[in-house]
Amino acid sequence: MWRDALLVCGKDLRIEARSRVALWQVLPFALLVLLLFAFALGPGPSALKAAAPGLFWLAVLFSTVLATQRSFAIESGEGTRDGLRLSGIDPAGIFLGKAAAIALQLVVLQVVLWAGVTLFFGVRVHVVWLAVVASLLATVGLAAAGVIYGALSAGLRVRETLLPLLVLPILAPVLLAGSRAWEAAINGSVATGAPWLRVLGPFAAVYVVVGMVLYGPLQEAG
Amino acid sequence: MKPLAMRPALVRGLGIAAVVSLALTIWLGLWVTPPDEVQGNIVRLLYLHPPVAWVALYLAFGIAALSSLLYLWKRTRSLFWDRLAAASVEIGVVFNALTLVTGSIWGRPTWGVWWTWTARLTSTALLLVLFLGYLALRRVPADPEVRARRCAVAALVAFVDVPIVHFSVQWWQTLHQGASILTPTHSFKVHGSMLWTMLLGFVAMTLLYVWMLIVRYQIEVLKDRVGDEELEISLAERRAEGDAPPPAAGGGAPVEPAGSVR
Repeated sequence: MWRDALLVCGKDLRIEARSRVALWQVLPFALLVLLLFAFALGPGPSALKAAAPGLFWLAVLFSTVLATQRSFAIESGEGTRDGLRLSGIDPAGIFLGKAAAIALQLVVLQVVLWAGVTLFFGVRVHVVWLAVVASLLATVGLAAAGVIYGALSAGLRVRETLLPLLVLPILAPVLLAGSRAWEAAINGSVATGAPWLRVLGPFAAVYVVVGMVLYGPLQEAG
Repeated sequence: MKPLAMRPALVRGLGIAAVVSLALTIWLGLWVTPPDEVQGNIVRLLYLHPPVAWVALYLAFGIAALSSLLYLWKRTRSLFWDRLAAASVEIGVVFNALTLVTGSIWGRPTWGVWWTWTARLTSTALLLVLFLGYLALRRVPADPEVRARRCAVAALVAFVDVPIVHFSVQWWQTLHQGASILTPTHSFKVHGSMLWTMLLGFVAMTLLYVWMLIVRYQIEVLKDRVGDEELEISLAERRAEGDAPPPAAGGGAPVEPAGSVR
């Protein structure tokens, strides 16, 4: 299973390295979201600073939807999905591989966004470990839930409109917990931020397990 | 359950019982029971709001979760559970929306605002959106078996989220706001007639739910049957076209695509 996961993850990342869709479309989109938020909230530094954690996570959430769509778009042509299904690769391995590829892309995206919030919004993160741990846990959860719903809506004609409606409410706890943890990390108060890891951790664990169990039936239903 | 759905007299009886108990609740709630000392006439929402919330948040979504699970479990797999889940979610969404509306109507005079971001309100609203997604997924045309599996997975994945949403939103409250608004301590004394009316409200809403569930289930069965029959009819028509002599020159009928849905 782990070998299969590595194979699938490697395949997805190789496709990304050659097509650079995430790099040239998803990443600029995330930065664009930050810019648009600044327009929406006005140039006052205090408003932007206060909203920064939430804006950061909203940008990550939207990008997760895009990255998931991309991850399944590469399976849509040439009967690739059937090929993957027939290849004898463990469904749990496919799930883990695709989730890992998305997670890695999201990590890169968050590093860039972090720089973005620092530059544009003048935010400084005081408790770096808290922000990093929160981000990593959240990323695992986002990628896992994203892949489940990506597989669910893959192959449907209405997938572009359906996926955000399905996946964004599911991700709401990550937005909530991630923003609060980051807020605490920026304000330097570990005591108020650390409890939120107890939301992000179980969320990630639950969706990784659910994905591994349900990916088989999901593939058949696709 | 299957013979139950086939017995129209029983279903009709259930419907009549639901309507009668609802009418009784309305009569008791609006005319017989006294207004509350503190809240006045607003208290009458007490006979409507909690029963509606009970049906939406516990009964309807609970049964939907259970039937989705039973569908996915291979030993009990049957389209019966899929249709039951679909019917239950649909009713649940309507009652969920009603819960929010009645709660909002109660909140305006009581709290002075239509909406506050209390844990309960927030998670109820999120639940509504979650299951709207389920209904949207259901509307996507597909083979019944495929759709059933897809929807059962979607329902279960959504249900797993419910406790996480619940706890995270609750923490959000306790960590970031005083505990003043979030626990509206309604400590009014419930009088005898009020208590009975409220209980009757619960009975009425539950009856209404069960009746709607059965009717909705039957509609789902009929829909699938209509779909099958339409397919048969159009297949027969195409075959008849094929048997008929080709019309003059200009080639025969276009080649029919294989019978795959979607």
